[in-house]
Amino acid sequence: MTSEGDLALWIKEATIAISQANNLDELKLARLAHAGDKSPIALASRALGTLAPEERAEVGKIVGEARAQVNTLVAERTSTLEAERDAKVLLEEIVDVTLPASRGQRGGLHPITILKNEISDFFIAQGYGVAEGPELEAEWLNFDALNIPADHPARTMQDTFFVEPLDARLVLRTHTSPVQIRSMLENDPPIYVICPGRTFRADELDATHTPVFHQVEGLVVDRGITMAHLKGTLDLFAQKMFGDEAITRLRPSFFPFTEPSAEVDVFFNGRWIEWGGCGMVNPKVLKACGVDTETFSGFAFGMGLERTLMVRHGISDMHDIVEGDIRFSQAFGVGL
Amino acid sequence: MRAPLSWLREYAAIPEDVSPQEIADAFVRVGFEVEEIEMQGLEIVGPLVIGRVLSVEEITEFKKPIRWVGLDCGESETRFVVCGATNFAVDDLVVVALPGASLPGGFNIAQRETYGKISNGMICSSKEIGLSQDHEGILVLPVGCAVAGTDAIALLQIADVIFDIAVNPDRGYALSLRGLAREIAASLDVEYQDPVSSIDDTSLVVTDKGVKVTIEDPSAASVVYIRTLEKFNPLAPTPLWMRRRIEKCGMRSISLAVDITNYVMLELGQPLHAFDGDKVHGGLRIRRAGDIATLKTLDGQIRSLDSMDLLVADDNGALALAGTMGGESSEVTEGTQRIALEAARFDPISIAKNSRRHRLSSEASRRLERGVDPSLARFASARAVHLLIELGGASHVDTQIDGSPIFSPVIELDPFFVSALTGANIDSSTVAEKLRIVGCDVEEVEGNLWKVDPPTWRSDLLGPADLVEEVARMIGYDAIPSHLPPHPVSPGLTDSQVRRRVIATTLADLGLVEIQTYPFLSRATITALGYEGDRAKAFRLANPMSEDFPLLRPHLIPGLLEAAQRNVSRGAKNFALFEMGSVFRNTRTLPTIDNPSTASRPAREVIEQIYSGVPEQPIHVGAVLVGAAEAENWRGKGRAYDWSDAVAFAQAILETCNLDWTLDRSDLAPWHPGRCAELSVGGVVVAHAGELHPRVVALYGLPARACALVVNLSSLPEREIVRAGFIATMPVAVQDIALIVDASVPASSVERALTEGAGPLLESIQLFDRYDQMGEGKVSLAFTLTFRAPDRTLTGAEVSAMREAAGLRASQATGAVVRSA
Repeated sequence: MTSEGDLALWIKEATIAISQANNLDELKLARLAHAGDKSPIALASRALGTLAPEERAEVGKIVGEARAQVNTLVAERTSTLEAERDAKVLLEEIVDVTLPASRGQRGGLHPITILKNEISDFFIAQGYGVAEGPELEAEWLNFDALNIPADHPARTMQDTFFVEPLDARLVLRTHTSPVQIRSMLENDPPIYVICPGRTFRADELDATHTPVFHQVEGLVVDRGITMAHLKGTLDLFAQKMFGDEAITRLRPSFFPFTEPSAEVDVFFNGRWIEWGGCGMVNPKVLKACGVDTETFSGFAFGMGLERTLMVRHGISDMHDIVEGDIRFSQAFGVGL
Repeated sequence: MRAPLSWLREYAAIPEDVSPQEIADAFVRVGFEVEEIEMQGLEIVGPLVIGRVLSVEEITEFKKPIRWVGLDCGESETRFVVCGATNFAVDDLVVVALPGASLPGGFNIAQRETYGKISNGMICSSKEIGLSQDHEGILVLPVGCAVAGTDAIALLQIADVIFDIAVNPDRGYALSLRGLAREIAASLDVEYQDPVSSIDDTSLVVTDKGVKVTIEDPSAASVVYIRTLEKFNPLAPTPLWMRRRIEKCGMRSISLAVDITNYVMLELGQPLHAFDGDKVHGGLRIRRAGDIATLKTLDGQIRSLDSMDLLVADDNGALALAGTMGGESSEVTEGTQRIALEAARFDPISIAKNSRRHRLSSEASRRLERGVDPSLARFASARAVHLLIELGGASHVDTQIDGSPIFSPVIELDPFFVSALTGANIDSSTVAEKLRIVGCDVEEVEGNLWKVDPPTWRSDLLGPADLVEEVARMIGYDAIPSHLPPHPVSPGLTDSQVRRRVIATTLADLGLVEIQTYPFLSRATITALGYEGDRAKAFRLANPMSEDFPLLRPHLIPGLLEAAQRNVSRGAKNFALFEMGSVFRNTRTLPTIDNPSTASRPAREVIEQIYSGVPEQPIHVGAVLVGAAEAENWRGKGRAYDWSDAVAFAQAILETCNLDWTLDRSDLAPWHPGRCAELSVGGVVVAHAGELHPRVVALYGLPARACALVVNLSSLPEREIVRAGFIATMPVAVQDIALIVDASVPASSVERALTEGAGPLLESIQLFDRYDQMGEGKVSLAFTLTFRAPDRTLTGAEVSAMREAAGLRASQATGAVVRSA
């Protein structure tokens, strides 16, 4: 009959053997020897059946406890040795994660596109729509309707690209203002729109000029619109473009399509920058579009996107914007 | 317009303690941009005196001419200096910098030994004393202008501040000292003295003894004065003060008669022209050129005249291109004693056309085309007569006048409109005060509209809004508050705008770089790329920047190729470019448009006609792919962009728009004839993609097998609301099918036939293998067919039947043979 002394000895032997197993193979041998079918504890367990019932319960209890104790030891040692093995094996699978991971090309948006999106989103938040129009435009919409009469110097061949046949009266739009005219011809006030887009003037390409450029113009026609509203809008727009510190200044100026007219300067990086033009929509323009000038007034403004971009991002040469060098657009990513 | 401070001060009481920058700021506040503040001679320190040349000894032993000059500088002894210039002679008056003087650039004058002589000072050029930029030798002063020893700094008014002011086209009056002084006086709130108020012409009467004048075309000029003078001394010199003022304003002194006309123009703003009275035959006529063919102008050019050119002519022909440039035949010369002085208020548009037709922008035309004060023909000509009498010894014999000045009409103004439009609270007394400052007569009518009569020089003041601007700039735009307008609800971006934005971002995410190119190109480029028919019809610019690029782009690809070429030349090897923008095709007859009046909104039909005359300008997105899609790296070889990348990008654009498309083979320039795909949506071809034609690739020097794609975004169907389908959860049944077809049969045709044949339970189809080593011009295509029924598990028999039906349809449609498993 198995005594408690026997069990204590077996457990001790098992504990030594299991703890001394240095790897999973040795542990397997130790497990078979001390917890396997032929281990002393297993044999003692099997012999329980030969005992008298009154002994069986008592001995069975201590044998069972001994088995459980040895199995726990095996399980614990197994997980320790498995962890050691895993660490070793995975360490051998090490790679150099600093190798170049991406093989594809780096894309990007042209910064003019990014700026246009940014401005559109800003004005949408202010309640405006984003209006567009054709680049090859009717002369009447580009000039006459804007109070730029037939003999105005801006209409001469030097500044404006005319398109053949001349009697079709088509020009490459010199500003996005014809979109303002279209907005007023197609909609009743109140009108709140911005008109971003590509424009054309016959200037030679140099560091600060380009014959093909972009503008964003804004037009508001509503009841009781004042120059104060124009200033408030430009102040907020300037802050959006150049940061919260930006301040604007209006200087009296002249445009045929606004009266009063002003130049907008913005104070950025310690100096005044000429940013664009603006003013109250000339009543002659409102009348040409059929807007009731007794009821409605409006303001308009316009800025060059290239100029805004150059000032804000420190671009010193217009060539970079128009030449299509991939490095230029890539630097801007998708504008995030 | 260059305005010397010393001259401005003659009419505007600008205090001495106001700095040049403060004056410039004051100009800017009232709408005059100061382009430059030029400090003339402020750093010059004397002694600088007038010297009379007593003796000249040429020293010849050196390589360049050297003179040893004796000078009377008002001192007890003759002063000797060494001089390297030779454009002066004994008895000439010159400017001498004495030892101790300091000239611009820190140039200190001292007694020194040079060329073996002791030089006791320096004879100065204009440039050395800051009077001009050009080195034209020693400055020789007019005979008798001063005695030797006179302080030259004061005499020559060397120290001055010149404001270079940009004048807006509506403010012709400000192209004069009179106009600018009025503005600066108003801006600084100081006293102003109008130089016109002291001009008295009562003695200049009509006698009919002088040159006559007629305005033959009343649309060309409202009023003209011809004042005839005799006994003018053509050799009388221009006094120094006048010459200096003319030079400070950026003009050259020429002769007394011409200088006086220029001086009065600068002073008052009225261009004047002096004819040699003896060379005028009969009377002067202001007329259109008509059949007069040519005119030789003062610059020696023989100009062929347009019949609408505005001329001053006599009985024999053209004398001057009116208001633009005088003619040689009637020019005032060294022998002129009889002068016919012309001052006219010409029609600004006629002058602008003269100037534009002959590419001749003169000081006179710049003023006349902006509109000159109609009262000035009288006063400016009188002012010039007085100067010719005083300085040239002439006497007035006759004044002839034709026409009469036309002034701007009276404007009715509600004084509260000023506050209503500016958003500032401006009381009516301020409105009246500011309008009077700019020269308006204001009749304040209590409780009624005011009557505001603009001053003679303000032809630009035509309505209440113009008067609001005058008040606003006089109170300062800074005084206007800043508020946001009411916030309406924004319609947001349109569907098309959202689409374009997302497509651009998608392409950037796929590794493409957006660029923007000029939309100009040549016919040769269109031809070289192989565009034909409507695809080659481009608009031509009437006035292109360069005859090399006179056409508007009908395609995006040429601009992209040019940019690709530039990138390659700058060392880039692997890249993909895209551009989104309008293209222009001249494919329909455009109506002839007559621009309607803008006095009121044109009729609906007129607006519709203008709209319909504008050609459609579809928006395309195009891309060019060059070099490797995946660069060679540690994993191994790179992978070059090929035709399938181009097709995949085109598909990505359509997928972005959630559209279904069909794919077909195409043969279209500028693509490789065997490697171009066309994509159709709803039966309409919307895109082409593939490898570029090798000839095009070579033309632009790109790496072999460069690819391109174009999607016409304007031809895509508009966004529709997506109808969500039924998401079936029954198991799928997968079947593979392999077919052998002629290599000429597009895989898309086989796929389409299989899809049709498989029936509605086919969920998806995918080509998973293509084997082209079959020989006999055959290829094997293997597809995976995935079937699913919405309501049940499909049986093996059902699936086999559908697979067979698919194969059968493919055989019928494409001649494919199904391979047995």
